[in-house]
Amino acid sequence: MQASHDTHDHAHGDHGDHAHHGRAPGLMGWFMTTNHKDIGTMYLWFSFVMFLVGGAMSLVIRGELFSPGLQFVSPEFYNQMLTLHALIMVFGAIMPAFVGFANWMIPMMIGAPDMAFARMNNWSFWLLPPAAILLTGSLLVPGGAAGTGWTLYPPLSVQMGIGMDMAIFAVHILGMSSIMGSINIITTILNMRAPGMTLMRMPMFCWTWLVTAFLLIASMPILAGAVTMLLTDRHFGTSFFNAAGGGDPVLFQHIFWFFGHPEVYIIALPAFGVVSHVIPAFSRKHLFGYTSMVYAIAAIGLISFFVWAHHMYVTGIPLTGQLYFMYATLLIAVPTGVKVFNWITTMWRGELTFETPMLFALGFLFLFTVGGLTGLVLAITAVDIQLQDTYYVVAHFHYVMVAGALFSAYAGAYFWLPKWTGRMYDEALGKVHFWTSIVFFNVAFFPQHFLGLAGMPRRIPDYATQFTDFNMVSSIGAFGFGFSQLIFLWVVLKNIKGGEVALAKPWDGATGLEWTLPSPAPYHTFEDPPVVTEEHLAAAH
Amino acid sequence: MPTVMTAIPANNYRIASGLSLVAIASFLFAFVQPPLYRAFCEWTGIYDVQKADEFRGSLIAGRPITMEFDANTHGTGLRFTALQTSMAMHTGELVQVNFRVENLTNSTVTGQAVPSYGPKHAANFVKKLDCFCFRQQVFAPGEVRVMPVVFALDRNLPEDIGTVTLSYTFFEVPGGIGSNSGNSVGTNAPAATGSTATGSGI
Ligand code: HEM
Ligand SMILES: [Cu+2]
Repeated sequence: MQASHDTHDHAHGDHGDHAHHGRAPGLMGWFMTTNHKDIGTMYLWFSFVMFLVGGAMSLVIRGELFSPGLQFVSPEFYNQMLTLHALIMVFGAIMPAFVGFANWMIPMMIGAPDMAFARMNNWSFWLLPPAAILLTGSLLVPGGAAGTGWTLYPPLSVQMGIGMDMAIFAVHILGMSSIMGSINIITTILNMRAPGMTLMRMPMFCWTWLVTAFLLIASMPILAGAVTMLLTDRHFGTSFFNAAGGGDPVLFQHIFWFFGHPEVYIIALPAFGVVSHVIPAFSRKHLFGYTSMVYAIAAIGLISFFVWAHHMYVTGIPLTGQLYFMYATLLIAVPTGVKVFNWITTMWRGELTFETPMLFALGFLFLFTVGGLTGLVLAITAVDIQLQDTYYVVAHFHYVMVAGALFSAYAGAYFWLPKWTGRMYDEALGKVHFWTSIVFFNVAFFPQHFLGLAGMPRRIPDYATQFTDFNMVSSIGAFGFGFSQLIFLWVVLKNIKGGEVALAKPWDGATGLEWTLPSPAPYHTFEDPPVVTEEHLAAAH
Repeated sequence: MPTVMTAIPANNYRIASGLSLVAIASFLFAFVQPPLYRAFCEWTGIYDVQKADEFRGSLIAGRPITMEFDANTHGTGLRFTALQTSMAMHTGELVQVNFRVENLTNSTVTGQAVPSYGPKHAANFVKKLDCFCFRQQVFAPGEVRVMPVVFALDRNLPEDIGTVTLSYTFFEVPGGIGSNSGNSVGTNAPAATGSTATGSGI
């Protein structure tokens, strides 16, 4: 106790002169660090580890589905894999990855020395590992992990064992972390921009995060509230959702999706932000329609709170309700379409080159649009009555979340790696990573559209034999995709070890304050606010 | 402050506390949903959460019908009676009636009840959810048993029918359930198979 207290004080004591040298040595340094770059790095590594854990779980699922019948796992364990896969990928991999980008890049993009609340930033990160341990550890308790699917619907979630309580606490902790992170990001963006960096000159990635952080602060607590009510239903005799006591399980679905739909844009918006940097850089043009992009982001953020029941068309909501939610959902496609057209127009007559970041951004553009299109199909209530809870939905959200958000994260990682490590990554390996990913991704997920249209339900470990062929193809694609991701690990490790020294601005078309800094970016940057000139700006023109 | 170089400007705390209030408000927002949701559903009449139990009442919207019940046996040692010979009901209403069977012999009897309807074309409008006639019944020596039929009359019952008679006849099944002689209802009571087919879809 005393000892740790000493280290603590020590770290504080010499912070003044220590600050310029970097973090304290060893693990304790990582544990105590308040530097936005350190924290960004930890977020990124954490999310990649979680990505591999969640990916391994998905291979258990696809292994089981390779052929009909029960091969490897029991139905109960299958359900647990399915639930943990989704929770880990959404809350442990994709979201922390973009928070990692935010930590690394936002201060450098707006010319701030660090995040507004550096100590709180450290806490936001260090809340994540306990949550991850709770989630994965719940596999070992009696009854196993939660097996409800990531949507945690009652009555099942009121009935399950202690694994369910662990999942609920994990959601609480992850929610706390996101809210703290969001408060930090909003404050940083609103209050710590360098002189001359007006809001409407701000890089697009900062804009997407500003809106995302608001969405998080407004929607995460609602999920926290919903799972808290689940918890009291489970243990304290309340009946919010427990029908036996007069509660209503459908109400949970309303509350969950009131959080859940904004959540999908929490995932999508930062991805839009990254792509809005990569496409202009490799087109050697400014982003087309900056102002309309900003308004589109704000519109998406706002509308996303009013479309939730498109996940609930078959719960018996009245016809007028179904129609309202259908039209509102179709409306979201308008600002989303504005963004897609702006990216395409940005490339129009540009001097395009196709380095790995650009390839991933283009992969994003094509496949995210496919996912948006199937989203529109699902939004049509008459169609969704057929497709709800089939593999068509699974295909839809993997197109927007994997080929959308994940590909965008890869685009960002390859784009900014030289700035982070000071060396160029292996371009050939990067390209192999891209091509294997995009091919196997489509092999894995495109057939799922057909399976869904033919009526194969989601969340089942066994299926009717007429679905066998497409499932085999899908499983082969999934294993190929999974192993391709190890190439990325190889690229990063190789890049950390060595490689060609990167220039301050390794991409000739890139613009923005972060490229005025040397590569690798020094431990402390912009301690004196930079003078923002027109040519620094990524966005405005 | 242990943070990096610059002291945190006071303004930052103002923004952060405002945002924290938003987070707390939306946490509380989740908890006001149950009462709001209930009020909304009742106000719009989408459904009445309190009165779910009375739902059945709305089914009894059809026209009044007299239902008669009849019970016979054919060459069995069973005494078979309807506990209620007639009742007033409505089309669309779900009702249950009971029949009584007594095995008068000293041996085990396996029987199969076969329904018939009067008038004959009423058959397609009697919708049975559960019936002792769905399977063979085995009666121990001297056993007395009360067995239910749960059914409703289809609302499309033709207008000219005001009374429907549901009649059952018990046939003995030689060899009983356990035997695989193939000698079951089909061969023993050909007439019966025919009327079962008529009454099926039940
Ligand atoms: C044009 C935009 C979009 C539209 C119109 C749309 C529409 C829909 C609809 C109607 C459903 C419900 C399908 C059903 O359960 O029957 C759905 C499910 C889903 N969508 Fe989208 N979506 C869009 C974009 C996105 C994006 C950007 C993401 C995430 C990055 C996303 C993630 C999901 C997920 C995860 C589900 C499944 C939830 C579950 O049941 O587990 N969607 N979408
Ligand atoms: Cu949605």
